Amino acid sequence: MRALVAMSGGVDSSVAAALMKEQGWEVMGVTMKLWQGPDGEAPTAGCCTVSDAEDARRVAARLDIPYYVWDYTEEFMSGVVGGFIDDYRTGRTPNPCVECNRTIKFSRLLAHADALDYDVVVTGHYARVTSEDGRNRLWRGVDPDKDQSYVLSMLGQDQLARLSFPVGDLTKDQTRRMAARLGIRTAHKPDSQDICFVGQGNYRQFLAVQGVVPTQGPIIHQDGRLLGVHHGITNFTIGQRRGLGVAVGEPLYVTDIDPDAGIVTVGDRSGLEVDEATVENMSWVDRPVAGDLLAQYRAHGRAVPVEVSQEDELAIVHFAEPQEALARGQTLALYLDEEVVGGGIIRTTA
Amino acid sequence: MLYLDHAASSPLRPEVWAAMEPFRHDVYGNPSGSHAISRKAKNALEDSRDLVASLINADPKEIVFTGGGSEADNLAIKGRAFSGGRRGAIITSPTEHDAVLGSAEHCRSLGSTVTFAKVTADGLVDPAETASHVTADTAVVSIMMGNNETGVRMPVEAVAATVKAAHPAAIVHTDAVQGYVSERADVDALGVDLLSLAAHKFGGPKGVGLLYVRSRTPLAPLVHGGGQELGRRSGTHNVMAVVGMAAAMAALEEERAAFRARVMGERDAFEATLAKLIPDLVVTGAGAPRMVQTSHLRIPGVRNEMLLVRLDRAGLAASAASACQSGAATVSHVLEAMGMTPALARECLRFSFGWSTAEGEGTRAARLVAGEAGALR
Repeated sequence: MRALVAMSGGVDSSVAAALMKEQGWEVMGVTMKLWQGPDGEAPTAGCCTVSDAEDARRVAARLDIPYYVWDYTEEFMSGVVGGFIDDYRTGRTPNPCVECNRTIKFSRLLAHADALDYDVVVTGHYARVTSEDGRNRLWRGVDPDKDQSYVLSMLGQDQLARLSFPVGDLTKDQTRRMAARLGIRTAHKPDSQDICFVGQGNYRQFLAVQGVVPTQGPIIHQDGRLLGVHHGITNFTIGQRRGLGVAVGEPLYVTDIDPDAGIVTVGDRSGLEVDEATVENMSWVDRPVAGDLLAQYRAHGRAVPVEVSQEDELAIVHFAEPQEALARGQTLALYLDEEVVGGGIIRTTA
Repeated sequence: MLYLDHAASSPLRPEVWAAMEPFRHDVYGNPSGSHAISRKAKNALEDSRDLVASLINADPKEIVFTGGGSEADNLAIKGRAFSGGRRGAIITSPTEHDAVLGSAEHCRSLGSTVTFAKVTADGLVDPAETASHVTADTAVVSIMMGNNETGVRMPVEAVAATVKAAHPAAIVHTDAVQGYVSERADVDALGVDLLSLAAHKFGGPKGVGLLYVRSRTPLAPLVHGGGQELGRRSGTHNVMAVVGMAAAMAALEEERAAFRARVMGERDAFEATLAKLIPDLVVTGAGAPRMVQTSHLRIPGVRNEMLLVRLDRAGLAASAASACQSGAATVSHVLEAMGMTPALARECLRFSFGWSTAEGEGTRAARLVAGEAGALR
């Protein structure tokens, strides 16, 4: 049985590769080259630098498995970075890691693994897959601090049948200890934090470099007052408090962004509260589920009780308690206790 | 194991190792020293220089040993552009090796003008068009002998002749790193003033090369220091590697005709067999003269990265020819310059034959490639 391990050069995917090898799989390591920084500069933080590929290559050599770097930069640019830029242009808050998983890792890489007769694709995500009566189920990882099931909530049966997340059964400490025991040189490498292609700078600089020209527009208070002028809606996300450039003596938050009119609306904290979200592009792990569930709408947020109803491809998610700062464009994942049942993109809030 | 990646690097020839072997322990002196132990090293160095000079029809003083082909290209381009404290203009082609293009770009960032000759869909420059860009400010015209990716043989002789007919003082460089593998590099017959070679492409050691510099060609050094190589390249010589390079060149010249016949035979058998098995196969540069050792192909519908994994698994080493430092296949600037779309460029592979290629390997490789490609179509 053959396993293709997506190796980022980090500790999690390195241990995932080691575990598969220990379990007797014929393992191949692949680093997906997704992004390239400007010539001569170390390309960005995160998971797609030459230095990270070198780490992965050294780990693969130590495990004595074949290793390749595959170039997905064009797909990443059109599928992920393009959407990221468009989202900010239209007043949405993108989640590029989810988009990368959806359009590249769990579609293109899976197809390429099939073409090379690999039975499973393995990643270092902290999540668990189980199979019962021919149905695959997706669960949170055992380490609540590291759980990454949120960014996998778009996976369906076909994909889960060919995926394995071996570190999902471990805590991060256990993973690091195992890496140290195996002599993996990335054992103490810090976790990646930033969006890989944005790097250590902020996303606004990135948008500027990508040629997004900001247009000025008004900042309006929820009560209708004109408070000032902003220098482009891409500088704002829902819930943002800092850097608004207006001062009225009370804390203000971005409560709405109108991309067509170029208006940023601000208000006090109560203006952030929403009771309901309409979620589009819903994907269900098995079959559509309605009723009392839990919803998580940030990668490291907590899950809150909701009641879900459906209309065609949309899910209407009603929160038991009002929630603050749900941003359009963000992924909302639905859970039944610890089990992922589906996920989609927040289209509107009310 | 079928090794068809000689254009990336060739194995060390046994006679080359035999020549280098005494320098492992016995000849350790610094060739720039004055005592007997140093003289031994110096003699080996200068004997090697005499030998390689004679093999390319040059004077020994016109040979500058370098740390490889990329350094030779860098020295040719930057050394000319910066000579005399100027920022001289550079004329080159968009299909050159990255060592030439990177050097030209560096010079451009410091004030040089860089002009690119046009290339056809078959990857050839037009000598007259190339020469038309030459002005009094031109520091160097650099056109490679054979392309490292496609194997297309450039009309270097015609470029040099045309350039010099119009501008007798113009300086012409050729990167002969690949071209020399299958053809003599007589600097007068080529008509060039600067010529780069790398030993490991033809069975010599890695990390050594040379730049031929025609006498009275001003050149600014890149590496300053002890003034070795007549001030053109400082640094203590790697005598062992230089001796190996000379031995590899001697071996290459010795069996030139046999090498060409054998390698071309295998390459042609490879392409003919593969074309039968894959009727829609496309040979890059088919309408241009090509070096005998290279086969650059496009198999429609097959992504090169995927096929390379399958070939690797089946014991055949080939290459996508253009890779970034991480090892990922990138869309080739050479193919882009020839007008190929990125999608088509991702279906291209390079198979390159060399001195250790055995009879029958071309046909065997073709059958294997067709089988693995078939599994992906």
